[in-house]
Amino acid sequence: MKTFSKIYIALMLVFLYAPVAVMIFFSFNSGASVWIFDEFSIEWYEGILFDTAMMEGLKHTLIVAVLSASIATVLGTAASVGILALRKKISRSFATTVTNIPMMNADIVTGVSLMLLFVFFGRIIGLSESLGFLTVLIAHITFNLPYVILSVIPKLKQTDKNLHEAALDLGCTPVQAFFKVIIPSIKTGIFTGFIMSFTLSLDDFVISYFTCGHYQTLPVVIYNMTKKTVKPDVYALSTLVFVVIFVLLILYNTVQTKSEQRRNSRV
Amino acid sequence: MNKKSFGNRLIAAPYLVWAAIFVIVPLLMMAYFAFTDNSGAFTLSNMAQIGKYRKAFGVSVLYALAATVITLLISYPMAYFMTKMKVSSQRMIMIIVMLPMWMNFLIRTYSWISILANTGIINTFLKWIGLKPLHLINTPGAVILGMVYDFVPYMILPIYSVMSKIDNSLLEAAADLGSNAFSRLRRVIIPLSMPGVISGITMVFVPSVSTFYISQKLGGNKNWLIGDAIEYLFGAGPEYYNVASAISLILMILILLCLAVMNRFSSDDEGGVII
Amino acid sequence: MFKKITALFLLAAIICTALSGCGYEYADDLELSREYSREFAGSELNVYNWGEYISDGSDDMLDVNREFEKLTGIHVNYTTFESNESMYSQLKSGGVSYDIIIPSDYMIERLKNEDMLTKIDVSSLKNYGYIYDEYKNLFYDENNEYSVPYNVGMVGIIYNPTLIGEPEQSWRTLWDEKYRDMSLNFSNPRDGFMTAQMILGQDLNTTNKSDWKAAADLLKEGKDVLQSYVMDEIYGKMETGEAAIGPYYAGDYLTMLDNNEDLKFFYPKEGTNIFVDAICVPKSVKHLDAAMLYIDFLLEPRIALDNAEYIGYASPNRAVVENPDYYYYGNEILYPQPQDTPPVQYYHDIDPEIRKYYENLWIDLKLY
Repeated sequence: MKTFSKIYIALMLVFLYAPVAVMIFFSFNSGASVWIFDEFSIEWYEGILFDTAMMEGLKHTLIVAVLSASIATVLGTAASVGILALRKKISRSFATTVTNIPMMNADIVTGVSLMLLFVFFGRIIGLSESLGFLTVLIAHITFNLPYVILSVIPKLKQTDKNLHEAALDLGCTPVQAFFKVIIPSIKTGIFTGFIMSFTLSLDDFVISYFTCGHYQTLPVVIYNMTKKTVKPDVYALSTLVFVVIFVLLILYNTVQTKSEQRRNSRV
Repeated sequence: MNKKSFGNRLIAAPYLVWAAIFVIVPLLMMAYFAFTDNSGAFTLSNMAQIGKYRKAFGVSVLYALAATVITLLISYPMAYFMTKMKVSSQRMIMIIVMLPMWMNFLIRTYSWISILANTGIINTFLKWIGLKPLHLINTPGAVILGMVYDFVPYMILPIYSVMSKIDNSLLEAAADLGSNAFSRLRRVIIPLSMPGVISGITMVFVPSVSTFYISQKLGGNKNWLIGDAIEYLFGAGPEYYNVASAISLILMILILLCLAVMNRFSSDDEGGVII
Repeated sequence: MFKKITALFLLAAIICTALSGCGYEYADDLELSREYSREFAGSELNVYNWGEYISDGSDDMLDVNREFEKLTGIHVNYTTFESNESMYSQLKSGGVSYDIIIPSDYMIERLKNEDMLTKIDVSSLKNYGYIYDEYKNLFYDENNEYSVPYNVGMVGIIYNPTLIGEPEQSWRTLWDEKYRDMSLNFSNPRDGFMTAQMILGQDLNTTNKSDWKAAADLLKEGKDVLQSYVMDEIYGKMETGEAAIGPYYAGDYLTMLDNNEDLKFFYPKEGTNIFVDAICVPKSVKHLDAAMLYIDFLLEPRIALDNAEYIGYASPNRAVVENPDYYYYGNEILYPQPQDTPPVQYYHDIDPEIRKYYENLWIDLKLY
């Protein structure tokens, strides 16, 4: 049984990583093909720097991801506190519905419906150009918000209400109490929400595709590139992104493990 | 006291306003487009055209179902075996499973072409060992494979996270009461992991049924899935926005129906966010 | 932890921004036939062009957009489309605005008819004289008020003789059972219909619905044999031998030939489509003066030469065609002698009702 489970896990990992391996392998191809290998070369890595479209796309993606994740985190954390305080059944079920819709709906429906909204209003107020940085940012905030709320609310439910009231009794203003008592106790939830938003935003293609206009994010740039001949440079860039994320995740993991060990040893 | 909770309630307001404008209004806008013509007059003709797309709907649902079932079948044992590992290795393997999700999904799909193509890696290998090449790319199988591959982490993770929370003492109790490994799986583990399974199914089925990239790249771009049709029509000019909106609306309703049916199978309401 | 990660992301963003400026080495000997003022420095020019349709600095050629940016200080925001129809859709939706677009003849006619183009004064272009007269005053722009020719070309069939030998020189080969799963066809309606219309001997601009229906039926018949409907994906498929035969634009064949020397090309005996892709300025233009500078820059002999060599299409620019150092100088595929030229037809803009009719036939073709 033990060996069977090991073989099974290994096979799944082979399945999960076969395309990744192909990508890394062909990013070192000296030829222009991504499925016939000539010779080893790193010329495509040098070539990435030449590629203004890719670099601009990367820049746009990072800007949108950082901004949308930050805004969604602030707005979503506030919303979580507020939603839990809602008394009326109808307002609660409204909050539940609008939080569920972007998560349940297909990306393509979210994308086209937002595009229709932006284009329609752009036309009404007579804009010559209705899609761009602002619309793609709005779209990303919109689909990030539910994930922030989803990670903050469970933490809020776990916090001890008495702490908050104790803080008030000891003379904190409600705002002080919020920042000194509630925020620290839901910190991990906020952090998870931010990271999830950031990831989703970084990886989103479908919704950006319909809402970005000229402000093309990296996935949209890559989509346009795969409509032409895909050259190993796209793979080289993805390999770099992959390596960076891999290192970040490993770092995050070791830091977390260490802090847990520290906590455990203190106990 | 009352004042305080009123203040708390107020800070939900920005979000609720935001969601009303950017979640509810766009959907109403889509419905408006679906029931009007280019000049803005009410019409049912867009809906009447849907009949033409019924096969595309049918095939999309069929492919997505196949992909969901296969994903579930391969993910469930994976999640189960993961929970049996040492706790420290579990976190590592979680990261390893999640990592491909961080890669651009277009690239992940595209590199399958390199593997499956007639001149691709598998066929080159088969020719090299003297076997007949296989026709892999541009087949329904390739499209379903693409769906399974792209969304499999979304199935493994929720099942794993639910399973890893199952209390070991429950299993021990079941064993003490004389149930064997199989019946422990059937009577304890599977029922308790259902919430994870349901959310995994949702997270795989919805993107599969609405995808518009996988079928173009791996399926030969000869027959559209419904997502391809929506993408094409929105790209074909504003005169097609109305019929494209009608199709999107139907797709949304179809997905919500599927989710509702799925939720009826789950014992509790873990399908959505509980606020 | 949170701060650290945010800092890392910011750092990554800064590095990317810094890096995106370097890499390309500017030409130090760029000879130009006029002065380019820097009075619009700092403004942004949105250029919307076909994919693989401008020299981008690879293979030691000029990066046309970067050179223009260096010269004028105008930032070029360059995006690409894959068919006239998708370009039209973007423009019409009002979602985005452009200063420069490069559509084909029939699409220019349509844009003009729908009042979506800005008039341009070609006499203010110092390099307009390089354009051959035969590409002026064409049907889509009889008075040269809206467009400046960029490239010309014809559609033909590319094939790989090592895989399929010598096929019959006809559009029929795309329907041939012998090449099952090895043949390709266009994934845009106008060119796709053309392949069938040529077999049926139709006028490409027929307004007879039954003609379009007959062509659609023929396409449907051939669908099963095809490997795939493609646009620029054909490069990869032909170069690697994934596909063996498919129709595309003559200039692109020459580019593919650089990567796979086995490939061959013919113009089918039934005749083919000839097209002119020309530079236009849409109504939504924000910087007309900067756009005019850009157009003149594209007509510069040195720039047009690098573009013609990179793109591989036939050039309407005499400074290129008559330059003996031009890589494709006298190339018989791009510039065939009159006796070798197949019968050709232009696409024209078609009555909206007929257009909608054939567009819907095309949708039917792609549905199960």
